[in-house]
Amino acid sequence: MAETALTNPGQPTTPIAGLRGIAADWSSDQRAFKNVSWGKAMMWIFLLSDTFIFSCFLLSYMTARMSTTVPWPNPSEVFALNLGGKHIPLILIAIMTFILISSSGTMAMAVNFGYRRDRVKTAALMLATAAFGATFVSMQAFEWTKLIMEGVRPWGNPWGAPQFGSCFFLITGFHGTHVTIGVIFLIAIARKVLRGDFDVERRGFFTSRKGYYEIVEITGLYWHFVDLVWVFIFAFFYLW
Amino acid sequence: MANAAVRVEESQHSLQAHVLAPAATHAKGQQHPIKLYLVVWGWLFILSTCSYLVDYFGIHGNLRWSLICLFMILKAGLIVAVFMHMAWERLALAYAILIPPVLVLVFVAIMAFESDYTHLLRVIFFAPTA
Repeated sequence: MAETALTNPGQPTTPIAGLRGIAADWSSDQRAFKNVSWGKAMMWIFLLSDTFIFSCFLLSYMTARMSTTVPWPNPSEVFALNLGGKHIPLILIAIMTFILISSSGTMAMAVNFGYRRDRVKTAALMLATAAFGATFVSMQAFEWTKLIMEGVRPWGNPWGAPQFGSCFFLITGFHGTHVTIGVIFLIAIARKVLRGDFDVERRGFFTSRKGYYEIVEITGLYWHFVDLVWVFIFAFFYLW
Repeated sequence: MANAAVRVEESQHSLQAHVLAPAATHAKGQQHPIKLYLVVWGWLFILSTCSYLVDYFGIHGNLRWSLICLFMILKAGLIVAVFMHMAWERLALAYAILIPPVLVLVFVAIMAFESDYTHLLRVIFFAPTA
């Protein structure tokens, strides 16, 4: 009983290779995810459920786009910008993609420095990640404003199939919400890192469980997932 | 037989876990050289640039879609495997998380079939008669 309530993973058992190892782990009458803490396993399972949500959004977009008889607006043109007198297609989205990838890079390094117990570098990299995220959301706000000014509405737009607007606002809006929550999450954890909560294993005010640097990795999982979803949105909605 | 051996091994390990100081358990974690992350970061930049260039040069048809999908899958794979450390997790977790999203492809196939049918009906019955 006490064994199942452990919050930190036990000693690693030597994994058996291949499918036999999976069967052994799942049928071991204990927890299936050995030497993975409950926090990390739960984050993965949450991300799996979130994957299904975004899959459904992208699927409904696919269904709308495949079944409409009206031509779909060309995203390359819709999201083009005039920069320095030049008309560059899709440039805003490209910049947003690079910003989000950069934020993933800084996050991965923050996790690394966290496990090395480098408090200041971890917090600094997490805050850099949050700053990239905030930049991304502001650019998205700019994009929304631009499109709304041009007359895009959930029920119609000047260029073609009326479903374009509802798909766009639903998918990018939900993703933007995830980024915003991620930024808040990052700032909250970075503050704890900077305060040294995980060096003294201070208990959380809400869960009263001891804090470990693993929370940086769990936060990172969420953040990388947000980047991952953007990879699919970029491919299917903006490039397709 | 193998199962029993696994169980014995398990209980030995949990005994050790109790005896050993907890500090030893969470001092470790995912430790990889920073260079690995920088290399993956570089590749993600290259792949994103490539997928942007597909649009910039206006490549069309099957080539466009296969290139977009290729770059997308490579990017997603790099993020999940390295940044999210899935490459170093036990297979029991990796399979439990990675297989279900792949099964969404069945749903994709169903909906593609359905929307083809809807499209056909719209073309037949709701075509503009002008």
